[in-house]
Amino acid sequence: MERNYRKLWWQHCLAIIGFSVIPLLFVNFSLYKLFDRIYTEKVMENLRNSAENRRDAIDLFFSERIAQLFTIANTNTFQQLTDEDYLNKIFEIMHAKSDSYMDIGIIDSEGHHLSYVGPYYELLKQVNYKNEFWFNEVKANGIYISDIFMGFRKAPHFIIAIMVRERSASWILRVTINLKNIDDIIQKAWTGTLSDAFIVNRKNVLQTRPRFGGNFLEVPAFPEYTSDSLKSHPYPDYSSIVASKLERVTYSGMDAFFAAVPIHNTKWILVIKENPDEILSPLVQGQHWMLLFTAAGLAIIATGAALFTNTLINRIKETDRENAANSDMLLQANKMIALSKMAAGIAHEVNNPLAAIAEKAGWLKDLLAEEDIAGSKNFAEFDESVDKIEQHVGRARKIIHNLLGFARRMEPAKEKIDVNTLLDETTGFLENEARYVNIRIVKEYADNVPVITSDLSQIQQVVLNLLNNAIDAIGHDGTVTVSTRYHDKTDEVEIDVADTGKGIAENDLDKIFDPFFTTKEVGKGTGLGLSISYSIIEKLGGKLKVQSKVGTGTVFTILLPKH
Amino acid sequence: MDTLRVLIVDDEDDFRETIVKRLNARKIQAEGAASGVRALEILKDKDFDVIVLDVKMPDMDGIETLRHIKKLKPEIEVIMLTGHASVEFGLKGMQLGAFDYVMKPAPLNELLDTIGQAYNKKRGLIH
Repeated sequence: MERNYRKLWWQHCLAIIGFSVIPLLFVNFSLYKLFDRIYTEKVMENLRNSAENRRDAIDLFFSERIAQLFTIANTNTFQQLTDEDYLNKIFEIMHAKSDSYMDIGIIDSEGHHLSYVGPYYELLKQVNYKNEFWFNEVKANGIYISDIFMGFRKAPHFIIAIMVRERSASWILRVTINLKNIDDIIQKAWTGTLSDAFIVNRKNVLQTRPRFGGNFLEVPAFPEYTSDSLKSHPYPDYSSIVASKLERVTYSGMDAFFAAVPIHNTKWILVIKENPDEILSPLVQGQHWMLLFTAAGLAIIATGAALFTNTLINRIKETDRENAANSDMLLQANKMIALSKMAAGIAHEVNNPLAAIAEKAGWLKDLLAEEDIAGSKNFAEFDESVDKIEQHVGRARKIIHNLLGFARRMEPAKEKIDVNTLLDETTGFLENEARYVNIRIVKEYADNVPVITSDLSQIQQVVLNLLNNAIDAIGHDGTVTVSTRYHDKTDEVEIDVADTGKGIAENDLDKIFDPFFTTKEVGKGTGLGLSISYSIIEKLGGKLKVQSKVGTGTVFTILLPKH
Repeated sequence: MDTLRVLIVDDEDDFRETIVKRLNARKIQAEGAASGVRALEILKDKDFDVIVLDVKMPDMDGIETLRHIKKLKPEIEVIMLTGHASVEFGLKGMQLGAFDYVMKPAPLNELLDTIGQAYNKKRGLIH
């Protein structure tokens, strides 16, 4: 039964890989998902904190400005402040510690610009603000912070105006805020190289200049620079939110985190935008590491599985081979037992008639020896026939005795044998015969062959048989090599008898140890030699093996245990 | 002068009868018995010097017969005739007191030699 080792290999290998890889991937994937969620949450939280922190800074800025304006308005009289020299002095003081203001002006309830300190003196001193949108707002609310607008000066700016009521009269203190202040606060939110922050009013109009694209009073949009044109993608509209909003938005193939918070003191919305690639770069890095580790893990598992499976399959192959060899040997041994029983039976059954024939022939011979028959004219014919009968009975007897030898179960002797000497003696018997047909007997003995304990005459019989076979196989002109070797691992002595003869056909190889199997001409071989040799060596605890190649020669190997 | 007296015990008639004739022709007083039982009956009335005993016989085999013979007349030498495959039986016979064993079919000369040796041994023992 031949196993499909390749299929078995794949089955085992894939099973090992499967059982190792699935948990690995599952764990890695779960860990990654968990890490991703936690990290993203953390990043969003940071973004919210950052946005609220900026919002608080802006609120604080406005609160301080308003407080300062009220202080100025309430610690100075209307008359003092309408004096431009005085106002200039106040403005100098306000400016000394900060550059929050661009200009300052005092306006009466009719909209007349009573006094002004700032860079637009010529332009603004004459204007009447009565019809301006903010004038009524401040009159109604007492405090007004405007959106960015162009105004009379035709430049983007925004103002803080407070209404001061003194007895019956009331007047307005108005300052223009230096835009740089707001920019400074907002720009602190540009934590990454791709992050952006800006302010929109309730109409989704930019109140600050964003880092990338857009300008004051435009709708916030992300610029996309293509080779020949500039396209803008509007940002999400957060102008109507009432509470902080945090989201991840994918738009026009872009991916961005947005945090939008309303500013308390104004009607503005602070928007911070972060690029996920940047803000989540540790996560991407983690992803790469995880992929790398997973790949390395897979490689290790695959290699390990392959190596392990190799070892396993080799072991299975070895076991299969051993089993096959064992069952072959068992089969051969069983065959031998059955055949020896049969041989014994045949020997007995043939023996009795043969003995009777021999005796009858003997009796005839006895009678022929008597004088009166000796004179008969056919006496010579009778005599010859009886001789022939005896001769052929003798031949049959020999075969029977060989058979009995095959079937014999005698305890082998235990003698100390020097194998090399034994081989020298045995080859000695045949050297003359071999020389006659021009066959050389070469001896290649190992020096370390130990003295073994076995049955000398039986081994000699086997070796003689193998040598005879070798000479027969060559016919004439060739070499018979007799070599010895010692296997110290198994404590066995090996005797090889190799010939340069015609070899044995593969079909015949497994039959050569069977009794009566012979390739020699009828009458020349009994076909018992090798089977007797086989059973002798087996009884001595050894092994008799054969290797042969047609046209090259045959090697018989005897393995004998040292004890 | 003593004549050598031999009893041939073998179930094969042709073999037994012929060998008896041939021994008689050689001035040996030979007789045949077709079975172990028959041999023991004959032994009650007659004495022999040597018994040639086939190992394998129906009913009572050679080994069994040998035991009885050795009980009955231990001075008679017995030669086992092993047509059977194993030398074991021959050896076993010798353990039980047989003189020797001869492989069947043996040439008459070989058998005569062994018979002669057995006879000499017996006479040596008596004298």
